[in-house]
Amino acid sequence: MVFPHRHLLGINGLTEMDIMYLLDRSDEAVKLSRRREKKTSSLRGLTHINLFFEASTRTQASFELAGKRLGADVMNMAVGNSSVKKGETLIDTAMTLNAMHPDILVVRHASAGACALLAQKVGCSVVNAGDGAHEHPTQALLDALTIRREKGRIARLTVAICGDVLHSRVARSNILLLNALGARVRVIAPSTLLPAGIHQMGAEVFHDMRQGLKDADVVMMLRLQRERMTGSFVPSVREYFRFFGLDADKLSHAKGDALVMHPGPMNRGVEIASEIADGPQSVIEAQVEMGVAVRMAVMETLMLSGDGRARP
Amino acid sequence: MTVLALTNARIVDPSQDIDTSGTLTIEDGRITSCGSDPVQLPDDAVRMDCSGKLVIPGLVDARVFVGEPGAEHRETIASVSRAAAAGGVTSLIMMPDTNPAIDNVALVEFVLRTAREQSSIHIHPSAALTKGLKGQELTEYGLLRDAGAVFLTDGRKSPSNALVMRRALTYARDFGLVVACETQDDALAAQGVMNEGLLASWLGLEGIPREAEIIPLERDLRLAQLTGVRYHAAKISTADSIEAIRVARSRGVDVTCGVSINHLSLNENDIGEYRTFFRLSPPLRSEDDRQAMIEGLRSGDLDIIVSSHDPQDVDTKRLPFADAADGAVGVETLLAAALRLHHNGEVPLMRIVDAMSTRPASIFGLEAGSLKPGAPADMAIVDLNEPWVVSEKQLHSRSKNTPFEDARFQGRVVRTLVAGKTVFEAT
Repeated sequence: MVFPHRHLLGINGLTEMDIMYLLDRSDEAVKLSRRREKKTSSLRGLTHINLFFEASTRTQASFELAGKRLGADVMNMAVGNSSVKKGETLIDTAMTLNAMHPDILVVRHASAGACALLAQKVGCSVVNAGDGAHEHPTQALLDALTIRREKGRIARLTVAICGDVLHSRVARSNILLLNALGARVRVIAPSTLLPAGIHQMGAEVFHDMRQGLKDADVVMMLRLQRERMTGSFVPSVREYFRFFGLDADKLSHAKGDALVMHPGPMNRGVEIASEIADGPQSVIEAQVEMGVAVRMAVMETLMLSGDGRARP
Repeated sequence: MTVLALTNARIVDPSQDIDTSGTLTIEDGRITSCGSDPVQLPDDAVRMDCSGKLVIPGLVDARVFVGEPGAEHRETIASVSRAAAAGGVTSLIMMPDTNPAIDNVALVEFVLRTAREQSSIHIHPSAALTKGLKGQELTEYGLLRDAGAVFLTDGRKSPSNALVMRRALTYARDFGLVVACETQDDALAAQGVMNEGLLASWLGLEGIPREAEIIPLERDLRLAQLTGVRYHAAKISTADSIEAIRVARSRGVDVTCGVSINHLSLNENDIGEYRTFFRLSPPLRSEDDRQAMIEGLRSGDLDIIVSSHDPQDVDTKRLPFADAADGAVGVETLLAAALRLHHNGEVPLMRIVDAMSTRPASIFGLEAGSLKPGAPADMAIVDLNEPWVVSEKQLHSRSKNTPFEDARFQGRVVRTLVAGKTVFEAT
């Protein structure tokens, strides 16, 4: 199969086959990452630049490790504290980097659509590592990989996504991906944290955790930003935790073997109780491992097939 | 002075309610006759054969943003006048959102003087409703009116403080000035950048609810009733706004309203994958709202069409959608875009010309919008059927942020006359 995309800008636009192909390749990458010798040479000689306009130690490290394991030369651009502050626009920065002939640009930006805009202007493959509240495709892929490895499938599973869906790119990418693979998606949140039109986005909507979690196979918690929990979207941390935080009681309504997931970093005691985060149903650490594998698979796929410009 | 005669023309003039084929004569910059009656032309008359062409009163665009003074790299009075002439616009009202804002007599005089020297069409300044467009202190309405300001407005914004608004409307009423407002509740619109709804949710963009326009509009309509001012809702975008205006009229409020050509031609789906040239204020709404605008225009509840010409440079548009500026150029494509409504049978030609010429001239008291004998010879000669494709390279405006790039239009201005003189001729 040829992966018919030059960039990975979102889950939107990927077919079920595209997604399954990436997940299969990711399984291979997991095997590689568990060996003593973790490096391959499939991207040797290629340049991979991490361009993070928003700081994110975890995602950046995950992409960096993925690039290095594939043998690429990896460069991290901490744009947050350089020329952007001097008024250089996103496009100017992109054109400057483009002149250095990178092969892969991994981009995170606070504005939705920034990666798509950048992809129009550069000559290399662009991987969206999160753009505003739009998409975070590698997160959705790693979540899917985690679920598939634990449950053996994704189709017909009931997945509950809980928390700040309104501001979450992770939620959007997951809703798209899980629907593409035939899962039943639920969202559970107070209405102030749900986007307009959520009922038409391919998810069943709940405002009560116990009802929403009933018989769920997977519980995905979302991070609630600190500035949103003190009166602007929800009244207080304690009220939020009481009604929407995942604790043992609420989790007991899900299936006994339900997986508990979180994209990290977690706010313990806000959206999730520590005992649950560290408990037997939690696969949060596995998600981190799958993250590296998925990013290896994505970058390798884009470089080896892409738009037909086959690379050696 | 020789007589100029436009012969064999189809003359459409809403001010006389005529749609006829005939001859129009011009002498000393004014129209001397107009209609189907045969005219005895002097031997030295200059004849211009307008067979197959439409002659309409020059368009009056009541909402145009210009970069002069302060942002001349986007648009100057000279460049906007060339763009307007190419679009058949012979009078335009310039918004006070300049830097510095047009909030005192000196700025009004600057605009009029610059226009006299550099513009081939009529440019009328509007003046700020409050000093610096800040929504706090009133400007000198009487002096501004006498200097030549045609209406009062805070431009892209409108005062959020109801008491300031009440006093502004009360004081403006005494001077007989129209107050024109584009309403948006800043707190409710928050950081929104497009219409609230499913599309914005998928794009991950913050939405602006319709209520952000309607709530302050309803407040203003109440205050207009309280004060008796002539109020103009400058740029509405929702079906409920038209309804609010209809209700206010039934209560006797002296209110008129306008819609931008963009909100008659486009909807939120045109944004596609974050196309910033479609980022406008108010945001492009749903197709249902667009249809309501067309229905309002046809019924006459919606009085006028404006271009809301708002030049933006790459520095403000070539950015991620949420970071880009609002606005689109449009003075040059105004007529062609509006003619789509005629060609697909949605709005009669007479009403379209009325909404872009006769009505705005009468609302804002301009000597324009008519082909009656005695009126200034400001008009556009139009080939109603000529197909053409918009290309930014052909635009006369200094800024190229058109939402109609590559659009296919039918109908084009072939010649524009101001005071009987040709100010634009299609090549």
